[in-house]
Amino acid sequence: MSTATATIPIVFVLNGEETEVEVNPADRLLDLLRYTLALPGTKEGCGEGECGACTVYLNGLPVNSCLVPAYQVRGCRVETVESLDPADLRPLLESGATQCGACTSGVAMTACWIHDHPEILETHSLAELMAGNLCRCTGYDGILKGIEAGLESRDRLGGGPEA
Amino acid sequence: MLRREGLAKLSGRERYVDDLPIDGCLWGATVRSPSPRGRITGIRFGTGVQWSDFVVVDHRDIPGPNEVKLIETDQPVLAAGYVRHMHEPVVLVAHPSRDMVRRAVREVEVIVAPDPPALDFRVTPAPETIQYKTDNVLKHLTIKKGDVERALAAAPVVVEGVYETGAQEHVYLEMQGMLAYLDGDTLVVTGSMQCPYYVLTALTHALGRTADQVRVIHAPTGGGFGGKEEFPNGVALHASLLALKSGRPVKLVYDRSEDMVATTKRHPSRVRHRTGVDRDGRLLAQDIEVVIDGGAYVTLSPVVLSRAIIHAAGPYSCENVRIDGRAMFTNAVPFGAFRGFGAPQSQFATERHMDIIANRLGMDPVELRHRNLIRDGQDTATGQVIRAGVDAATLLDRAVGLSEYRHKQRAHATFNATHPTLRRGVGIATFFHGAGFTGSGEVQLKSKVQVAGHPDGTVEVLTASTEMGQGTTTIFAQLASERLDYDPDDVIIAPPDTSRVPNSGPTVASRTAMLVGLLVERACDDLRDRVSDRHLAGADLREAIRAWHQANPGQTLVGEAVYVPPPGIAWDEVAYRGDAYPTFAWAAYVAEVEVDLRTYGIRVIDFVAVQEVGKVLNPTLARGQIQGGVVQAIGWALMEECAWRDGAMANGQLTNYIIPTSGDVPPIRVDFVEVPFAHGARGAKGIGELPMDGPAPAVVNAVAAAVGAEPRAIPLTPERLMAELAT
Repeated sequence: MSTATATIPIVFVLNGEETEVEVNPADRLLDLLRYTLALPGTKEGCGEGECGACTVYLNGLPVNSCLVPAYQVRGCRVETVESLDPADLRPLLESGATQCGACTSGVAMTACWIHDHPEILETHSLAELMAGNLCRCTGYDGILKGIEAGLESRDRLGGGPEA
Repeated sequence: MLRREGLAKLSGRERYVDDLPIDGCLWGATVRSPSPRGRITGIRFGTGVQWSDFVVVDHRDIPGPNEVKLIETDQPVLAAGYVRHMHEPVVLVAHPSRDMVRRAVREVEVIVAPDPPALDFRVTPAPETIQYKTDNVLKHLTIKKGDVERALAAAPVVVEGVYETGAQEHVYLEMQGMLAYLDGDTLVVTGSMQCPYYVLTALTHALGRTADQVRVIHAPTGGGFGGKEEFPNGVALHASLLALKSGRPVKLVYDRSEDMVATTKRHPSRVRHRTGVDRDGRLLAQDIEVVIDGGAYVTLSPVVLSRAIIHAAGPYSCENVRIDGRAMFTNAVPFGAFRGFGAPQSQFATERHMDIIANRLGMDPVELRHRNLIRDGQDTATGQVIRAGVDAATLLDRAVGLSEYRHKQRAHATFNATHPTLRRGVGIATFFHGAGFTGSGEVQLKSKVQVAGHPDGTVEVLTASTEMGQGTTTIFAQLASERLDYDPDDVIIAPPDTSRVPNSGPTVASRTAMLVGLLVERACDDLRDRVSDRHLAGADLREAIRAWHQANPGQTLVGEAVYVPPPGIAWDEVAYRGDAYPTFAWAAYVAEVEVDLRTYGIRVIDFVAVQEVGKVLNPTLARGQIQGGVVQAIGWALMEECAWRDGAMANGQLTNYIIPTSGDVPPIRVDFVEVPFAHGARGAKGIGELPMDGPAPAVVNAVAAAVGAEPRAIPLTPERLMAELAT
């Protein structure tokens, strides 16, 4: 059996910049970001869409990058945690939203998305919206309180390219 | 102080082992046993990959003894001809491509001629399954106080019960991972771990190297909970063997499924209580038998058993106590350290049993506890006289008040009488947790901490204590900057690197802030003494440190502190009598639940956690420890079920091993009663494990109150509750 695999060339917009890359057809978007494009901020927590640690925005919507075949992002816009301004995340820092950090970049991505789309809170509770991001350290209260604080102040948390 | 590395974590800039870009790195992987017990009769390498492209390691490549050194040396680094549990490591492979190395693992077939396994720790092992000494008992320990038989014979009421707890998977969000490479002749290993010096010991032992030929560096670690206490020793050895054989850097990072099925878990337990009480509910005798499943190797089971039995009588005063504990060998994947370390298991039984006693006596559970909680001057099962400075009863009253327990009881009675399908209840647990190593453990550790003064006047705290999310880095920076009146930015926390930092002991047992933190403070004092006098602080001290370096060019300035036990501590390891811990943290928790009788689903709708942990050093971090521990324990109580097949987890996925989400738990209400502890950093006691002990019994007691049944086993899944209510 051959060990060489034909790659697929794609172009997509990554964190606001047009990016050309050869992707391994077996790679997930998570692999492409972490191991090909050297953006390791996006973490693998489960590899099956349960934990949300690998959350990125695909065409402006939060998705689990472990469930997206890399070649499918051809022509799409993708934003990762590297697109966030650390200074915007202070409410989450102050509320104790991060401990070990392994779930945290995914939490930050979902949190910022909610911050930028507050209308979703008219139909869903915050606890419900964050249920796709597993955290084993905080017991979630620190995360929810940080997002609430950010929603109150409006000028912090998120503000990525899609805001 | 805010978490030091918090913004780096929030913005994805923290670099864990799998995030480190390494030139020329190979990916390692582990081929595992397909059988719980048997002789390896062959290893077949398939034709699906080009084996000449791979590095392959088996037990013959181990330079030293094929032993993972821990308490015992019974666990092989790689199975040599015989396997004792499913997923036991047999062969290692490495390749530059992650895809190829995974494919290669599937191409290796380990052929095993099976022998009969021991798979149920609760039954006397059949003769053909005996594999450890003469009876498969890994450790047997007893505690005796007074005369239990006589007291039981004379007791007006004797209440018996058997309680069971299941295994629990840690589910730290970052999987196990290690990177190994050669730097000249020095083997360097970095990765996810709690205890760099444990890893160093394991590496030097099995690789036949001296400590100066090995360097272990802690990488930012994404959660541990005990799961990265001893298990990383093996991962580090595996990565090292591949690196030594290939001469190239090797990363060995588990995926979630491998991490769930092949690593340690919380010990399953079965605890039997026989308790004599008088009609007023006073405990006259506690006869307790604790059995835990150790799995296929000794690992840390003897010390887990020790902590389990020391906590098994609960925070109560009783003159006649007998506790018999056994850790059993089985052919299960070895069980290991997990937050609480045996105390959650034994106190689940105690606290469920207290409610069942209350029911038998027709007494209120709060009142029953009130009558028996240890008061200052009374002693524990091991005869340790408690001088807490606060009564556990005070905490109980506070928890009852904050939770509106009485009001809820009344409201629930009305609700339950009228609602067609929902039932509500409140439950209580009172409990304690010994901080630091058990008995003479801390004396044997001889933990050491250094604080260096640098030529620019900054100071650097050097310890082997690791940050895994619990806040070590922040707490040490806070302690040192407060002690020296320094700007926290001028306090560097050295990454734990065994070539640079002294051995401050393992980062376990709720010991870091309390004990190592105290050493940080004392090392700060020692540094001050070396440059001038103890009263210098802040800018004056900075200037004195600079002046010292000008006067002593090229020399290093290091303050140091070594552990000394608090005065008056005495422990008899043989009789299991005396001061089991330097101190205990105390708590009273109240859970409110709602049960849906249609689905048997249980929701925790309110939770109040009141505890005394000495001085709270950092309110945000301390609250986070309690809230996180409570939620992890709620998971253990209600939903986290390991399904077993041949002694291994059959549901090794987050799809069907369910942990709590933000939608499953209420905000955990946290309250601290602060009584500074004289022998902890700024008065702190241990905090990390305490919140694991109480929630399971509080929640199950609440369910019992809600539905009028007496569940005695966790996880209390909907299925288990349905069966309970059907009987």
